Amino acid sequence: MKPAIEVLNVSKVYRRYARRKQFATLKSALLDGSLIGDLKPEDAFPALRGVSFSVPKGCTYGVIGRNGSGKSTLLKCVAGITRPTEGSVVVDGRISALIELGAGFHPEISGRENIFINGIMLGLTKKEVTRRFDEIVDFAEMAEFIDAPVKTYSSGMYMRLGFAVAIHVDPEVLLVDEVLAVGDQGFTHKCLDKFSEFRRRNKSILLVTHSLDLVEKFCDEAHWLDRGKTKGEGDPKRVVAAYVIDVEDSEENELAKAESARVAASASAEATAEATSSQVARQVARDFSPAKNPAIEEDAPQNPVDDASTPRDGFKSAEGRWGTREIEITDVTISGPGGETGHVFQSGDAIKVHMQVTAKEPITDFVFGLGLFNADGVCVYGTNTGLEELSLSEINGTGEVTFTMDHLDLVEGTYRLDLAAHKLDGYPYDYHRLLYTFRIKSRVRDVGIYRPDHKWSFGGNIKSKEDLGS
Amino acid sequence: MFANLAKLGRYRALIQTLVVRDLKARYRGSVLGFFWSFFNPALLLFIYTFVFTKVLPSSHPPDMEPFALFMFCGILPWTWFSSSLLESSNTLIAGGNLIKKVLFPAEVLPIVTVLANMVHFFLGLPILAAFVIYYQRPVDPIELLWFPVIVLVQLILTTGLAMFLSALTVHFRDLKDLLGNILTLWFFATPIIYSIEMAPADMRWWLNLNPMTHLMRSYQEVLFFEGPLGHQKWLAALGVISVVVFLAGYFVFDRLRDSFAEEV
Repeated sequence: MKPAIEVLNVSKVYRRYARRKQFATLKSALLDGSLIGDLKPEDAFPALRGVSFSVPKGCTYGVIGRNGSGKSTLLKCVAGITRPTEGSVVVDGRISALIELGAGFHPEISGRENIFINGIMLGLTKKEVTRRFDEIVDFAEMAEFIDAPVKTYSSGMYMRLGFAVAIHVDPEVLLVDEVLAVGDQGFTHKCLDKFSEFRRRNKSILLVTHSLDLVEKFCDEAHWLDRGKTKGEGDPKRVVAAYVIDVEDSEENELAKAESARVAASASAEATAEATSSQVARQVARDFSPAKNPAIEEDAPQNPVDDASTPRDGFKSAEGRWGTREIEITDVTISGPGGETGHVFQSGDAIKVHMQVTAKEPITDFVFGLGLFNADGVCVYGTNTGLEELSLSEINGTGEVTFTMDHLDLVEGTYRLDLAAHKLDGYPYDYHRLLYTFRIKSRVRDVGIYRPDHKWSFGGNIKSKEDLGS
Repeated sequence: MFANLAKLGRYRALIQTLVVRDLKARYRGSVLGFFWSFFNPALLLFIYTFVFTKVLPSSHPPDMEPFALFMFCGILPWTWFSSSLLESSNTLIAGGNLIKKVLFPAEVLPIVTVLANMVHFFLGLPILAAFVIYYQRPVDPIELLWFPVIVLVQLILTTGLAMFLSALTVHFRDLKDLLGNILTLWFFATPIIYSIEMAPADMRWWLNLNPMTHLMRSYQEVLFFEGPLGHQKWLAALGVISVVVFLAGYFVFDRLRDSFAEEV
């Protein structure tokens, strides 16, 4: 059977040029008569590079990829809105593209008239629109407002109406570009039901989305684009999994880059202070700590962590680094269950925080502390060796401190760390405020901060396919 | 190109709907609504009558009375022509959403602009007719049969130019500003507020090169000047030229079509 969509080796090159150059082309274009102008390689931006796939009839095909990976360009090529620079696209049957909903609505005229115009624009005849009119209005849940001018509609109403018209065009091939976020839950379900109905009637859907759940649940096949190239194709579960790993990797790189930039910035800020005499440095540190950074006290033994539940101003103090550096934290790494250092972990992983510390001369009054914060700045946990009454007696030269958490049972999110070496009374040697970031990933969309290790079990007349647990 | 041209027929319903939308939307919100299509030309006629009978009574030979009616014969179709071109130069950019987001035949947009303005032209005709009757101008009904022919020639010519301009303006936005001035010049270079006989003899040769001269003259001969139409040959030549202009305009449009979605 002929496939519904056949994309063969499609490349698309966008020309980029400076505004100036465009003005210059008016003259030159008229002179040498070439109105299109020749492509120069430095002006070209390849949005798609040799992408091929085919979508059999009745198949739902998902396209995933990072922002800017060429998903929408691909969709536009399939829709025939732009022509690929190379390669060919063959589509069998009527296409409806849900790329921008309600494109072509005229704000001054009523929803009723716009349905007709939009429907005809999308390829229906007037009769066909008349026949489907009630269905469209019902689907959009707009019966009340259908005679009001479209300019008075809320953006949700606008999109719903656009979606309703587009979906009732009854195409053989439906192209969908990230438009399911149109309405409330109820409406989204209705859209999904409509898609299911499409599938049952052996129509094809090409779906571009960031919603991986949708791809896994809905698509028969998935296609992963990365910077215009195919990076994976086939079984949605497998492609999505590969994609998720790749995203985590790049998040990892991003976090690592941001972290080293932050540490470098606070170090250079410190360097100026270090250039002055240690006396001055100490003075600065003392002025600094109680007034502007009461957070330091948080780690002090006489002021236990229960303050964390009501974060004070100091707790919100920005990231930075301060202290006298009599003990210096020279290196910090976070490592996951395999022992490899990283910034992205799964919920429940065993995680180690590792510090390299150096004392220039022997010191006896010292405490190591750690604070864990979520993205909202709420203290998830804070402790130090003083609070836990670990009797550390002396540091001289370099040493290592490792803080091990066997199960970091947090929900998905970004978390930041405070690490510090200070005196028992809070006087800071080296305080790293929110300098270290890591991310916890989870396939479960639970909420909150902490995920207690848990299990559901059911008895009596409750049946389940499996025990839900995490 | 010709394959695309043939497809144009399929978009009839779309073009029709969009023209209706254009007309509806234009006067939506105004109190008089559609009546403005009648009032505008009527007010225009009133202004010209006032200027050329009270302010500049000696600007035209006495055998050209009523001079306001003479001018009106030209101004009405000229308005169709010039506003079509002005609007169509912007039409692809204004309709960018459609071109970028919907599979939409772009040539529909300039065609709709020209047709919507044609409807406005038609709506002005009753006013013109009323004045022709009021001044008791002798209009030969046989001559009147030429009127649709002239309109057709103007339609083809205007559509061709509109295609050309709309496509080029996407790439060279300067055209929009340039066009306003060109049209003003063109207006005065066309015998509309004067007749070609009033122009100096050595200028007539130049005026004859202007296609709009012959269109306007044809309108004037049908509606204003007595005696049989003496302009058929010019009109026939212009008809041929219009078709050439249309095909050339469509050719340029078709060549640039693929760039619209990216440039708009």
